Amino acid sequence: MLDPAIVFASVLNGLTTGAVYALIALGLTLIYGVLHIINFAHGAALMAALYGVYFLHQKAGVDPYLALPLMVPAMFGAGYLLYRWVIGRASHGRDENILLVTLGIAIVLENLALYLWRSDTRTIETAYTFAMVPIGAAMIAAPKLAAFAGALCATAALLYVVTRTDLGRAIRACAKERQGARLVGIDVEHVFAMSFGIGLACLGAAACFLLPAYYVNPQVGSGFVLIAFTIVVLGGMGSFVGALAGGLLIGVVESLGGLWLGESLGQIGIFLIFIAVLLFRPQGLFGARA
Amino acid sequence: MSLEARGLSISFGGLKAVQQVSLTVREGSLSALIGPNGAGKSTFFGLVSGFLKPDAGSVHLHGREITGMAPHAICRLGMTRTFQIVQPFAAQTVRENIAVGAHLREPRRARALERAEAVARRVGLGAQLEQPAASLTIAGRKRLELARALATEPKLLLLDEVLAGLNPQEVAEMIPVIRALRASGITVFMIEHVMQAVMNLAEQVWVIAHGALIAAGSPGEVTRDAKVVEAYLGHGAAARLQQLAAEPGHA
Amino acid sequence: MRPLALIAGLAGAVALLPAVVESGFVLNMAIMTLYTALIAQAWNILGGFGGQFSFGHAVFFGTGAYAMAVLQVKLGLNAWLALPVALTLGAAVGAMIGALTFRYGLRGSYFALVTLAFAEVFRILANTFQFTGAGVGIQIPLRESAADLQFAGKPGFLFAILALTVASLVIAWWLKHSRYGAWLQAVRDNEDSAAALGVDVFRVKLAAIALSGALMSAGGAFYLQYFRYVDPHIAYGPAISVEALLAAIVGGMGTIFGPLLGALVLHGLGEATRSLMQNAPGINLVIYGVLLVLIVMFLPRGIAGLFGRKA
Repeated sequence: MLDPAIVFASVLNGLTTGAVYALIALGLTLIYGVLHIINFAHGAALMAALYGVYFLHQKAGVDPYLALPLMVPAMFGAGYLLYRWVIGRASHGRDENILLVTLGIAIVLENLALYLWRSDTRTIETAYTFAMVPIGAAMIAAPKLAAFAGALCATAALLYVVTRTDLGRAIRACAKERQGARLVGIDVEHVFAMSFGIGLACLGAAACFLLPAYYVNPQVGSGFVLIAFTIVVLGGMGSFVGALAGGLLIGVVESLGGLWLGESLGQIGIFLIFIAVLLFRPQGLFGARA
Repeated sequence: MSLEARGLSISFGGLKAVQQVSLTVREGSLSALIGPNGAGKSTFFGLVSGFLKPDAGSVHLHGREITGMAPHAICRLGMTRTFQIVQPFAAQTVRENIAVGAHLREPRRARALERAEAVARRVGLGAQLEQPAASLTIAGRKRLELARALATEPKLLLLDEVLAGLNPQEVAEMIPVIRALRASGITVFMIEHVMQAVMNLAEQVWVIAHGALIAAGSPGEVTRDAKVVEAYLGHGAAARLQQLAAEPGHA
Repeated sequence: MRPLALIAGLAGAVALLPAVVESGFVLNMAIMTLYTALIAQAWNILGGFGGQFSFGHAVFFGTGAYAMAVLQVKLGLNAWLALPVALTLGAAVGAMIGALTFRYGLRGSYFALVTLAFAEVFRILANTFQFTGAGVGIQIPLRESAADLQFAGKPGFLFAILALTVASLVIAWWLKHSRYGAWLQAVRDNEDSAAALGVDVFRVKLAAIALSGALMSAGGAFYLQYFRYVDPHIAYGPAISVEALLAAIVGGMGTIFGPLLGALVLHGLGEATRSLMQNAPGINLVIYGVLLVLIVMFLPRGIAGLFGRKA
């Protein structure tokens, strides 16, 4: 059997990777929970955010973590406009239409990036890129620990906004009963756009935490899409705690899977979980029945 | 074709939607199931037509047990239902819609389309055969719903509020159509709210309230039943009505 | 014009192409356009006629391509004998996925995502096992002989893809004029109503995904014979899934000629972009993405919708 120290390190790595996955999934689950749309452009938007963080660092020397107050509002604005101008207009009722529209947006973003910046994989180097922190017998990369902390904070922040603020109340109203919300004077389209914006803002944060320990190229987003959906479905559509728990769980599954089955086969566990959850327990761990 | 329900029950969460309902629809009859909103009428239809699985009880079609059978299988045996909230195949024409029903008995496309046309004329949709189903009015859609069901050549027809949403003129036009169905040998079992139709058409009426059967008999008997009055008008209504009737000066 | 006559006319016109045109470039364009029309029609059967949108149709494509490759290279089977096996496998994979997803009532967006997950699972498996060449993929030897389903020149391949595409068009025609097709479209438009009218919804959907899978794997088989190479990314990656659904939707879902129209538009636009932008990577896909969004927003019945209901 495998050395417990290696398994321990693998689990820790999985948790920190999973935290970043959770950050990505948080936005996705909010968008699904409120707008009931499956945002296929989520991965591509993350890729765009990663490029944003990358260029801020390369051209303006902005440290990724310091870029947070720039990226988060920027992504929020982009999401708000994207919803208002494109997605909101394409509704027409059928939810498959939204799926196709977000797919179209994903295709546009990915290939625009390909055209503008070619397919080279890019990374950044900062003072702490290689810093390691000892935890128990394992050494964990400092950026990944920061990501873990970031995910916890983001979950807490989202929970606060949704449960304690007026916007949050409006969001919950629109999520539960669109017509009723309109009848009490809530500007539903505005609330939806806000929610979509918040969802993309989470990606802005995720990008800041992700880039120091990862890389960016135009295809990077599509690699995250299915994983993010798996987490959202596993945790339960619309549940933030579920996205966090699901993210951590999937991160560990991927890490341990890679350990036991090798890099290539390791990811298969994630997709099998996805299929199994959709077939046998579509409401996930924490979600309400769809 | 006769239909018998024995002790049918179903609950959703804690709500007992249908409780121990037993009734027998005689072959060749035209009967109705009435009751206040939310009484469980459509749920009952769902149970006998295979869309819902009962928690207890059984359903028998012409002596054969069909409890738990899939809806399409029950339709093939000869019982077809319509839906209260009409759901046409929106992207297709009236003729194509009805043809789907006709195909149950007719595998050839051209013949099915011909049959569809004949059925359409029977219910008064002859002029709209080439129109997309989505463009029909409510009355038109109700006729389409009926036409589709008729095209399957049922021996027993379950009509779920086929008159709901129609104005009095349209109701008056539909009544003879329904009567003609029965005359052609189809057993008809309707859920209806429109009392004018029930009184006019039904030989046998069952009344359901809060999921349970509270009365059965001819339309006249049932509407005079105190329990039925209470179910529709509220507790104590029967007594109050009697009091009013007994007061001097009251017609 | 009656659809069957139109199909025959188009087939005749294309068949005459090699007699009239010598340019390898033009012949290749014709081949690739027909190939796109084939895979789009495969998607259309399940998505357009059946109403079940798959985002992972590559799962069938890759199965067809790999089946042809493995059977020829590892088992020495002749390509013509491998072809029916590839088609059967495509149908079988379809039936397997359908049996699982339809039994558990997966529809709409969930169905789309699950098909994507299946494509990914197959991609990872193909990437892992030596049987399928792992990450390196499989190359079949150059034979240039009709007996091996390869042809010395482009005309041969043109006739092959023409045959397959015509078959797919006839199948679409059949869906518009048969009882099964009527059942399938009824299921697409309203499952409950269809069930109430005696349609066995599960069996109908299952047959559709199997048929769609077989046709898609035919596309994969052709791809392998024409390009003689396949790897996990080509076989099971998102590019093929997107190409199939894009052409079908742009051209018009649920119509006979929609996939062909879509293929013509996409390839036409692609060529125009290529000459305007000098081969800049990604630009024609950007245009396709914009086109998809515009079509869904403003022209949901696709380009065929402009021709009225008869397509």
